[in-house]
Amino acid sequence: MSFVSIPFIYNGDSIPMDAVPVVGDAAFHQTIAELVESGGHLSAMLAAPKDDNFLILAVISAPKQEQIGLIATEVAKEYTSLTPECPAAQGFEREIFEQWGLKPQGHPWLKPVRFQPSRRTGKALPIGDADFFSMAGEDMHEVAVGPVHAGVIEPGHFRFQCHGETVYHLEISLGYQHRGVERSLVGGPDKRTIHYMETLAGDSTIGHMTAYCSAVESLCGLHPSPTAQNIRAIAAELERLANHIGDLGALAGDVGFLPTLNYCGRIRGDALNLTAMICGNRFGRGLLIPGGVLFQMDAKLRRQMRDRINILEADLDSAIPLMFDTPSVQARFEGTGALSADIACRIGLTGVAARACGLDHDVRSHFPYGAYRFDNIPISIYETGDCLARAYVRWLEVKQSIEFIRRQLDLPDSGAGSHPKINSLAPNRLAVTLSEGWRGQICHVAATDAQGKFAFYKVVDPSFHNWFGLAYALRGQQISDFPLCNKSFNLSYCGYDL
Amino acid sequence: MLRVLKARYEQKHRTMKYPSGPLPALPDRFAGRPEIKGPCPEDCRACIGACPVNAISINNKCIAMDMGRCLFCRVCVTACPHGMIMFARNHQLSATRRQELIVSTGSPVKTEILSETARDIFGRSLKLRQVSAGGCNACEADSNVLGTPAWDMGRFGIQFVASPRHADGLLITGPVTANMRLALEKTYAAVPEPRVVIACGACAISGGPYIDHAETINGASSVVPVDLFIPGCPPHPLTILDGLLRFLGHEIPD
Ligand code: SF4
Repeated sequence: MSFVSIPFIYNGDSIPMDAVPVVGDAAFHQTIAELVESGGHLSAMLAAPKDDNFLILAVISAPKQEQIGLIATEVAKEYTSLTPECPAAQGFEREIFEQWGLKPQGHPWLKPVRFQPSRRTGKALPIGDADFFSMAGEDMHEVAVGPVHAGVIEPGHFRFQCHGETVYHLEISLGYQHRGVERSLVGGPDKRTIHYMETLAGDSTIGHMTAYCSAVESLCGLHPSPTAQNIRAIAAELERLANHIGDLGALAGDVGFLPTLNYCGRIRGDALNLTAMICGNRFGRGLLIPGGVLFQMDAKLRRQMRDRINILEADLDSAIPLMFDTPSVQARFEGTGALSADIACRIGLTGVAARACGLDHDVRSHFPYGAYRFDNIPISIYETGDCLARAYVRWLEVKQSIEFIRRQLDLPDSGAGSHPKINSLAPNRLAVTLSEGWRGQICHVAATDAQGKFAFYKVVDPSFHNWFGLAYALRGQQISDFPLCNKSFNLSYCGYDL
Repeated sequence: MLRVLKARYEQKHRTMKYPSGPLPALPDRFAGRPEIKGPCPEDCRACIGACPVNAISINNKCIAMDMGRCLFCRVCVTACPHGMIMFARNHQLSATRRQELIVSTGSPVKTEILSETARDIFGRSLKLRQVSAGGCNACEADSNVLGTPAWDMGRFGIQFVASPRHADGLLITGPVTANMRLALEKTYAAVPEPRVVIACGACAISGGPYIDHAETINGASSVVPVDLFIPGCPPHPLTILDGLLRFLGHEIPD
């Protein structure tokens, strides 16, 4: 038991800002360490100015309690680093240092996170200008890749420390996509807020919008209608479907198994087009708004979508098992880029990557929201932690999503999709929302000031946790396995860089 | 092996016939080219106030909408009390001059070829290096789609290549962050001349949702000269393909 009692809230609830206990350094430390030790996930950690000092707030999602714990400490310049005990804090502590200059004493390496301008001084380090991990000795060599890569993908810099073909360490240095979103959210919501949310990671528009809408709804006491929740959940599972299908195809491509690559490239488009049937946009832009959804789904549309889902399912059944049943594919997937459950847990891995290590993390089950409160999706788990597991979990989830979408399409549209008017946000409150994006846990933490405007708004994309997992997975692998490992995680650069 | 062949048979041949055959189906609720009526009542500025990215201006009682800034979110349609704005299902949005992206009352829809020079130089082969510079990755996704068998832009000699040194030009997405500026400049310098630059999506044309952020520089033309603008957030794959084809001098039958 922790020796301070902290408030636990349900996913999507809010509490008065001053209900979060502000404790001393040691108690902050111990409480978080204990919660994480007992299976909690450090969902977010952030700093916000408070009078002349700063408040550091930690958000821990505790699957046992099925609730979210909140605790804070006040810091002037430095505090004791959590990272040595709780490695999942490493990125958050570096981020807080980069943004506000608050130093975690005992952090092993305060590398820049995204080379963003300091929120205090406005100055940024020149991108890429940092110390990198290096190894020396005969036959050692370093391979540097990026920021501009060979494919049509986002920019980032990767450095491999190699001996022959073996990678001893991969260092990932990001920040090229940093466009100042969190900073711009302060003082909102305003007419641009929704567009920031829709483009935090363009392939996760629905995942992030679900978290955002639920934060605003909780701060202004709105409850979206069952129909709105139904449509949001259909869109969220279509998003998962499209991305998982695309990834399965790309994984096939990375081991040279072209049939599945080519079929999935097209079938992914069919899934995106299903989302476009709802709102006109393949990525679900403009579908969700705080208070509900902007488009209806009448019986005819639901019938058409059901027919298309059936076709899509048949196409997948011919395209995907083909890959898993091919021995040469299996041989490349098996054992490549394996992570243990223990490491996954300690570094705070989330989503598909975590479930592929046998961890039963899934916001939809443990912290259910919206339609998932009434229609539970079983958690898909595989235990080998390697590329095979990350591929196979995706396939299991594709099948679950298809079943779920079918069930949700069978529900009627009551026609009441959205609230006509949004109230202003309650002042001085804190809302925490989680949603299960297709990559993993999305966490939004919104706080209002005395006027009911955002005092801060923290976004944690699943990629923030998982990039470190990719680096770790590559240890001891061959450098030629990098594309496969990378694709098996398929992380977001823009969601990390914000 | 037999299963591979069986799957091949089941999946059929799916490359679309477009442009010689019919247009691929666009969703019913698709927001394409804005169509603007007018004149507007003297004192009404409802749409201007609602637009998140200041894409709308007014002159001579008629509104002008900048498709280079537009996110196609349609809040202006809802905001306008007089029904002056609608988004048609027309997907043909691209232009070679920035000014041509501004549409107003009665602006003609352009369907003709966009560049004779580009046709003469790159008409049969255009290799592009894609540079992603700070957007949300949706523009990249819908550009990438053009390489899948359904769209197969390789049919027209268009292809994304791995190195700028193998490329005839760049296709840029994202508002160009301060952190990507140098990389973009270097990539551009590495493309041999003659070369083209394509700005794909609202971000790359104007900064998009991040317009005027200190962390970005409001699009590609702040660093490199742009030859083709493809609006949208993100542009539909058909909008991108149409832009590329007409830029290369392909006549698209109606
Ligand atoms: S234009 Fe829109 S879709 Fe394209 S990168 Fe920018 S925000 Fe994303």
